[in-house]
Amino acid sequence: MTVQVLVKPNTYIDSVSLMSLSTKANQIEIVEQAIIAMGTEMNKEVIRNVGLMTPEVESAKTSDLVIIVKAASEELCEGAFDSINDLLTKKKDSSKGKSEVKYSTITSAVNGTPEANLAIIAVNGSYAPREARKALENNLHVMLFSDNVSIEDEIELKTLAQEKGLLMMGPDCGTAIIGNVALCFANAVRKGNIGIVGASGTGSQEVTVRIHEFGGGITQLIGTGGRDLSEEVGGIMMLAGIKALEEDDATKVIVLVSKPPAPSVEEKVLAQIKQCKKPVVVWFVGGNEEKVTQAGGHFAKMSKEAALKAVLLAGADESKLNKRALNLPLIEEVRAKLNPQQKYIRGLFSGGTLCDEAMHIAMEKFDNVYSNIQRDPEYRLKDVRVSQDHTFIDFGDDQFTQGKPHPMIDPSTRIERFIQEAKDPSVGVIVMDFVLGFGAHEDPVGAMLPAIIEAKQAAEDEGRHLEIIGYILGTELDSQNIEGQINKLLASGATHASSSQNAGLLAREFVVKGE
Amino acid sequence: MSKINELFTNKLNVINVGIANFRDDLLKQNANVTHLEWTPPGRGNPELIAALDKLEDPSVTDKIAAANKEAVERIINSQPVLIGFDQAINVVPGMTKNTILHAGPPITWERMNGPMKGAVTGAIVFEGLAPNIDEAAVLAASGEIIFSPCHEHNCVGSMAGVTSASMFMHIVENKTYGNIAYTNLSEQMSKILRMGANDESVIQRLIWMRDVLGPILRDAMKLNPNGIDLRLMLSQALHMGDECHNRNVAGTTLLIQALTPYIIQTDFTVEQKKEVFEFVSSSDYFSGPTWMALCKCALDAAHGIENSTIVTTMARNGVEFGIRVSGIAGNVWFTGPAQQVIGPMFAGYKPEDSGLDIGDSAITETYGIGGFAMATAPAIVSLVGGTVDDAISYTTKMAEITTTENPNVTIPMLDFIGIPTGIDIQKVIQTGIMPIINTAIAHKDAGIGMIGAGIVNPPIEAFEQALLALSENIK
Repeated sequence: MTVQVLVKPNTYIDSVSLMSLSTKANQIEIVEQAIIAMGTEMNKEVIRNVGLMTPEVESAKTSDLVIIVKAASEELCEGAFDSINDLLTKKKDSSKGKSEVKYSTITSAVNGTPEANLAIIAVNGSYAPREARKALENNLHVMLFSDNVSIEDEIELKTLAQEKGLLMMGPDCGTAIIGNVALCFANAVRKGNIGIVGASGTGSQEVTVRIHEFGGGITQLIGTGGRDLSEEVGGIMMLAGIKALEEDDATKVIVLVSKPPAPSVEEKVLAQIKQCKKPVVVWFVGGNEEKVTQAGGHFAKMSKEAALKAVLLAGADESKLNKRALNLPLIEEVRAKLNPQQKYIRGLFSGGTLCDEAMHIAMEKFDNVYSNIQRDPEYRLKDVRVSQDHTFIDFGDDQFTQGKPHPMIDPSTRIERFIQEAKDPSVGVIVMDFVLGFGAHEDPVGAMLPAIIEAKQAAEDEGRHLEIIGYILGTELDSQNIEGQINKLLASGATHASSSQNAGLLAREFVVKGE
Repeated sequence: MSKINELFTNKLNVINVGIANFRDDLLKQNANVTHLEWTPPGRGNPELIAALDKLEDPSVTDKIAAANKEAVERIINSQPVLIGFDQAINVVPGMTKNTILHAGPPITWERMNGPMKGAVTGAIVFEGLAPNIDEAAVLAASGEIIFSPCHEHNCVGSMAGVTSASMFMHIVENKTYGNIAYTNLSEQMSKILRMGANDESVIQRLIWMRDVLGPILRDAMKLNPNGIDLRLMLSQALHMGDECHNRNVAGTTLLIQALTPYIIQTDFTVEQKKEVFEFVSSSDYFSGPTWMALCKCALDAAHGIENSTIVTTMARNGVEFGIRVSGIAGNVWFTGPAQQVIGPMFAGYKPEDSGLDIGDSAITETYGIGGFAMATAPAIVSLVGGTVDDAISYTTKMAEITTTENPNVTIPMLDFIGIPTGIDIQKVIQTGIMPIINTAIAHKDAGIGMIGAGIVNPPIEAFEQALLALSENIK
């Protein structure tokens, strides 16, 4: 038997706590006997009586904490001291008291909730990088919802995340589904075996919803933020996302959603697809089929096509799927109703990629397609408030969201613009999206409804047919009641499109002349 | 398994910063979520954010962390022991017959508020430097009187903090680090010099304190060779329900209990000793200054540690609230305007009667008791607006802006966690959470005295200036 003494000078613990600590210390397996006490005369007397007195204990002062351990060996004594130190420092959960603890910083929240694993950051862009950095430093994965974050900050944050093996979704990342939990703006969709890495929020939402409608389901939807595939950022998160999904046993098929990457980044992504053991479906809005196919990927030109390829690769039976083909008789009918002056489409979108998809579908047949998000400066709207020929507007773009909530939450700007467009006699079709799901407006169709009814009536009074196409992005699991939203839309006399892809195709076909 | 793949398989546990709707959606999906009470750091001021960023640069964080660790260890390990009592002129460094010490950062006679002017003129009369209050005011304005902050003489002073040459002082020695702190004796009741009252009854009491109470305490402690271990006593007082700033019932009992065996052995008459005991029992504040000296003694040991961002002083002169920071040595004060104290008032007084926040007593919060230890004093939760839960949350909130817990001074109701210790300027500016101070309210005019008690926060400007200075100073 060995007896060892540890004196902690000038350390006060009250006697009641000491008694309970001593009891616990004596329950430590390797401990033969343990005493934890303040170095008072009375305690020294007790120590003397049990034969554990040493010169060290003798010289301890009233304000010193004395720990005496008797165990089989010196080594075991050391181990016992460690366990006793744990007892001294460890606090029960009840130490937080009955009232709920409120944290003001990520660091203190992590200290209080060590099992935290992800931070959602949605604060003003000038503060956001700092908070994201704190989250990463605390080993949290990050979903950075905030926009107006510089590309330098994005690179720094993603590099840090990469070093630490963490996800850094965003900045300007509004959509993710992790472990079947929808984050920020996302739809309620079935759990399944398809994983998505998306650089565009509504594009990813559209793919998940179509997969769900085809009977498939999602493992993870990793958002990267729209700039991830730029030359500067270099696709850091998309590459990390593909790798993680490849290593994820639950994922059978991977879908990538983005605008076309910068050429050098595209090479990196394609190289990774080539090495990937799992099938990868690539929908890069306006992307190039040949390169994807060469890399062994599955190319999709449009959103529904991407979802369809994914569910088939994941094992769905094609013969049992309702592919919702375009309604050709309807196209003939609408064409007949529009007069020759009604040549143009006006797309008014709350979802950026939904806008982009419809615009690209129109661009396949028209050269005069203008937008606030056109990549070719020649076709970018000079004044975003004034439409020109075929015009597609993304109301989620910075020009419209400065100091205002996103149009998926606040529809007011789009309603005003709709009223303006409906008066234009050169307009044949107005196409709009209505996004359901977590984070979105509780009744987006209802908000637009009075304007639709009024506009259609006004056009009719002027002897012109105004065709309105509405696409509702959502599932029957979303809280907004998609059935009710569709019924409201149909009751207003608008046409309901069954997918983003079909919305774009219908809009285009309605105004194509002379075929 | 990679961390990302672990995320896929573990239950999601989110910290939500910013939009509260995202928390609600997560809760609907049965995810665990902690929503932060977030505000922009440094109130959104880019200069302050840049300073925070500079202090959080990897090249300096370790240095700051090490400096702060040392600072809080010095606070925690300090063992302040009451070793005696004597007149200020005999013990306080730099004290002269025409010096008057005051609370808070430096201030001139012209700028002093009502209570402080009342206390200064009362002290001048008490010292026999002027025959009456009016002439005392003339003398105070003449430049003949040297005004200086208590803190710059190893002292702390309650409320106006006015301390003159012949007043008796506690002498508290830090047995761990060797430094000494001093503070005046409590005058007990409400119409008293430190609250700005100065009539004949106030002067007479000061004379009795000088001629009877002080000498008895001095002689009593001469008979006690070991002194009184104040930290042990403080810890006991907290366990008995004091927070040792606004509630001193238990502490006063413990202190007089420790002094009594020596008091009765002194050569004074039974009548005089009886007067002392009656004086102590006349209110519960007898031990109030004693704890302040303890706190001052511990915090001075932590002052002047290069690169430390720990606050070592919070004090107010009734016009300005000033702080000192460990990493900026010496008497460099960072100030902002003194605030109004919010709390219950004696019958007949209204908030507009109250003088602004005053006194060195915020040294107790700087150490981690007072408002920081509210959870231990449920008997006075009414002072802080209500329930025991409120009191607990005051303490847990302070843990967000402090560095550690002091294991030597614990709170039973919070399962014996230590008091929140070591206010970190960085955390204050990052969170916008201000220290909570329990304090008394003096009437704004000279000559009236205490009219209530309550809580107050420091002005954030003082902390902002300190942060900027630290970020420039960092090595």
